[in-house]
Amino acid sequence: MSETGGGAPQLELRGITKAYPGCLANDHIDLKIMPGEIHALLGENGAGKSTLVKIIYGVLAADEGDILWEGVPVTIPNPHGARKIGIGMVFQHFSLFEAMTVSENIALGLPGRQNMRSLEKQIIDVSKNYGLPLDPQRQVHTLSVGEKQRIEIVRCLLQNPKLLIMDEPTSVLTPQEAEKMFETLRRLATEGVSILYISHKLDEIRALCHKATILRGGKFINECDPTKETAKTLAEMMIGSSLRAPAHHKAVKGGDVRLKVRNLTVPATTEFGISLKDISFNVKSGEVFGIAGVAGNGQIELLSALSGETRSQAADAVTLDGEYIGWLSPNERRDLGLAFVPEDRLGHGSVPEMTLSENAFLSGYNRMKLISAGFINNISSARYATDIVRKFDVRTPGIFHTANSLSGGNLQKFIVGREILQKPDVIIVAHPTWGVDAGAAAFIHQTLIDLAEKGAAVLVISQDLDELFAISNRIAVISEGRLSAAKSLKEITVEEIGLLMGGTHGTGAPKEASHVA
Amino acid sequence: MSGFDWIVPVFLTVITAATPLVFAAIGELVSEKSGVLNLGVEGMMLVGAATGFIAVTVTGSYFLGVAAAAFAGAAMALLFGILTLSLMANQVATGLALTLFGVGLSALMGQDFVGVPVDALTKLNIPGLSDIPFLGPILFAQDALVYLSIIMVGVVGWFLYKTKAGLILRAVGDSHDAAHAIGYPVIAIRYLAVLFGGAMSGIGGAYLSLAYTPMWAENMTAGRGWIALALIVFATWKPGLVLLGAYMFGGITILQLHAQAAGLDVPSQFLSMLPYVATIVVLVLISKDQSRIRKHAPACIGRVFHPAA
Amino acid sequence: MWLKIEKRPEYSKGMVYATPLIALLLTVLSSIILFEVLGVNPMEALYQFFVAPLDSTYGFSELFVKATPLILCAIGLSVGFRANVWNIGAEGQLLMGAIFGSSLFIYYPETESVFLLPVMILMGAVGGAAWAAIPAVLKTRFNANEILTSLMLVYVAGLILSFLIHGSWRDPAGFNFPESQTFSDSADMPILIAGTRMHLGTLLALLAVLGTWIMMARTLIGFQVKVIGEAPRAGGYAGFSQKKIIWFSLLFSGALAGIAGISEVSGPIDQVVPVISPGYGFTAIIVAFLGRLHPAGIFFAGLLMALTYLGGETAQINLGLPLAVTGVFQGMVLFFLLASDVLIHYRFRWNFSTKAVS
Repeated sequence: MSETGGGAPQLELRGITKAYPGCLANDHIDLKIMPGEIHALLGENGAGKSTLVKIIYGVLAADEGDILWEGVPVTIPNPHGARKIGIGMVFQHFSLFEAMTVSENIALGLPGRQNMRSLEKQIIDVSKNYGLPLDPQRQVHTLSVGEKQRIEIVRCLLQNPKLLIMDEPTSVLTPQEAEKMFETLRRLATEGVSILYISHKLDEIRALCHKATILRGGKFINECDPTKETAKTLAEMMIGSSLRAPAHHKAVKGGDVRLKVRNLTVPATTEFGISLKDISFNVKSGEVFGIAGVAGNGQIELLSALSGETRSQAADAVTLDGEYIGWLSPNERRDLGLAFVPEDRLGHGSVPEMTLSENAFLSGYNRMKLISAGFINNISSARYATDIVRKFDVRTPGIFHTANSLSGGNLQKFIVGREILQKPDVIIVAHPTWGVDAGAAAFIHQTLIDLAEKGAAVLVISQDLDELFAISNRIAVISEGRLSAAKSLKEITVEEIGLLMGGTHGTGAPKEASHVA
Repeated sequence: MSGFDWIVPVFLTVITAATPLVFAAIGELVSEKSGVLNLGVEGMMLVGAATGFIAVTVTGSYFLGVAAAAFAGAAMALLFGILTLSLMANQVATGLALTLFGVGLSALMGQDFVGVPVDALTKLNIPGLSDIPFLGPILFAQDALVYLSIIMVGVVGWFLYKTKAGLILRAVGDSHDAAHAIGYPVIAIRYLAVLFGGAMSGIGGAYLSLAYTPMWAENMTAGRGWIALALIVFATWKPGLVLLGAYMFGGITILQLHAQAAGLDVPSQFLSMLPYVATIVVLVLISKDQSRIRKHAPACIGRVFHPAA
Repeated sequence: MWLKIEKRPEYSKGMVYATPLIALLLTVLSSIILFEVLGVNPMEALYQFFVAPLDSTYGFSELFVKATPLILCAIGLSVGFRANVWNIGAEGQLLMGAIFGSSLFIYYPETESVFLLPVMILMGAVGGAAWAAIPAVLKTRFNANEILTSLMLVYVAGLILSFLIHGSWRDPAGFNFPESQTFSDSADMPILIAGTRMHLGTLLALLAVLGTWIMMARTLIGFQVKVIGEAPRAGGYAGFSQKKIIWFSLLFSGALAGIAGISEVSGPIDQVVPVISPGYGFTAIIVAFLGRLHPAGIFFAGLLMALTYLGGETAQINLGLPLAVTGVFQGMVLFFLLASDVLIHYRFRWNFSTKAVS
């Protein structure tokens, strides 16, 4: 813990309030960050963290409350203003321009005009200094997620910030990459830079931060020293009720193989896409099979090869209950008992502007027999939708409201319910609880486990290791389009998965290590 | 005697046929680079053509005529901007509306001017140089707008790729969300780009009614606004290639005119189809390689921006 | 204090119906200004535009005559627009329908069979669909933008018509005018009401309205069109083929535009002439949007736009207003519609913030 006492706080918020139609995103929030302090902003999705940092960074204006910078009240009209007084921000969804080079991207974040040649030199200097290797002339779309994050950090550092805001920075990194980033942050803190660190990952907050402010439902809950708390006490402050782990089912013994993937190879369809290389695994009746991996390593491509949105080259690359389905369309696969829940709920798993009734029809029309005599049977579609809403506790004023009027959690419950009510033999779910509140997440986890216990095979693709550890029987890791060998939950550790996520495929040192001098 | 006397006049007509396309396409290119697809080029050109023509007939000043045309094109573009940028209307539909509106409005404005003659824009004879055989008349005896069109291509290329403002404009077209997050005024930048596109289209239209065929007729652009849109795809959004493409199309237009005049034994209608068929062929050849288009096209083109947070 | 545009949590169904009316109101208000500028009494002009054409049964029937091609084209286009397929070449497809359909009569003018007209209509549909198949193949096979290709083909179709009518299709007994011979009785669209020009095409248009309504609301193909248009990836997820929908919507709209073309030449025009349509295929774009891409809406929007054609002619005769006013009028309607459509998804709010935002 470095020097945090004495003098005025670097940043102080008093009674910040921001309302959106129908919700109070920030309700009189106080926050105090000292120079050189790494301060965690902890809360669930929807707790109001993003709104608060957008206010600090000048993207949003607060309805009420005061911002004090080095003890002096200020107004931060826009991000330019924020940067001018010394606030830098690294976004969760990077604010990068894919078609441009690293140095162009950095120039866009700096005020005034730059000489490109000298800017490139500065970039190289800073990146060497802080262990953030970057090639200024590379186009951004050719970089890995970790490298993209380095651009954002370097862009901030070039302006010598006094406060650096990091929004969920590790959600896209492997554990090893994250550890390296922590070193950079600790170094910055010793140089006197304050860091506001937004996260809902308890372990890393305990390892990294000096102070933590906890938000829940838009309200200030507590300020504490995270090193003196346990993960459990922090979680209780964050969620507000005691945690309940999903009731895990018994270990599966020798169920029948229901979904079998053998040497699945799919060339990339777009220039920036990932090609799948020789993927093999099988999922048995009664088990939950987890696929871990950092986003953008072939998950989307794998899901679309399994769902039939892209066809396989070989018919026997994908087998469902002994039948070759590699050449079949999504509909034909559905008829055979395959169900899928895509990652993107709005626009992929559902049509945003269509009603729940129509969205129920979308994937269910064949298996649920919603077409009679060539015409859509609106009555049975509505009945089916009502069934989903009732059995899966979807909170909506009615089935004739559009999909985009639902909250993320409720829409996910609707989609999962829609697929499960079709009584699938195999269900493939991508990121089942991404952006979903804790209650809905627990419900969805339990539902998937129950389905497996009834004899279905469940395949879960997720970035969230905690989730996979909570519900899976076996886990494999996808990296750069290759899948590692599956291991049962007892045989594998988080460290091992981390290495696999970094692309080491079981042996040798992590690839990133070679960059570090 | 020389058998190549026809070359110089043919070159000259190619240049005049290409110039309206250069103006319209280079303006629209800037708009598209900022992420806005304005399909109303045809309409803006027509209103520019009518306004320019009327202004010249009334005032006698070509400078005022061209300025009025630019202003009229920009005014049309402003209308488009209000709808698509401020009111978040669909860009494709609004562009179509702008063209349909422009056809009607220009016909209404120009109804009293059909058949009125004006003198074609005067050629600048650069003393000495324009007398050089062959190259002289082609390079040094054009009207001012021809030079302006080429200068504009250079200026746009320099602006987009050599200045910070150009970098910002391209950034807005690449990812409006990222640009907004960093703090650039996305909507304001797009307004400026769209207005520039409108002004250029207006001048392109005026070139038709004041230099190419010095007269006003309803619908006289005959699809050139749409060809300009296709040219940008052909040029994969690069200013230099826009110039090349425009001259190529100018060449095709003139080729068919000369073939008709030379009494080539092909029905004139089939020769007249050439520019349109060529547009289709070029589009097909370029679009075939999807990844190439995706690589060069501004990623946000045609997408509505609403700062959600 | 600011006027803020704010996204509605869910789109407003009321506004879907209200905005066409708002757009009309704004158009009428703006045209009052336009008429002032043109130096005519606005009330008189509005009367000539909207009331005078309808003061007789004949006038009323003419409304349907003009609306027929507009509705046919717009119904087809609306299906494409729903699927995000931007066919704007209905004008060319209309011409090709007229050419294909009338070719049968031109080459076999002596035929006197009850089957002649049905086959001509069928060929009209085939001609329009064939012309629309070109953008379809270029889009699905080569990824070429259908907006530009379908539009270029309008000019090509016009030139083909010009080639035929100035060439082999010219009536040998026609004093060298570029016109075909007039159609025989068996090639003519039957008149529905004696003493008017209302013909079988109007019935076909009504049929298209009803059929498309049922198709879009109650069949799987209609559902697929809507899903592909709203969320193509959700369409892929449901197993719908985007290419199939591109083909379907282009062929469908081409066929209807083709029927509009043959209905014109074997209906009110009664011969092939160099100018078959005063831009019906383009005005149909406005009709489709004004009708909210819904068949019932398109029916009324078609009648309204037809009225602007009639009104334009009446106002020209009685007030000396230029015909071009019609085009300005139509463009304005679409502009105001697109502008007021913001109200469907967004709402305006006064933002009384306690702190200065700047």
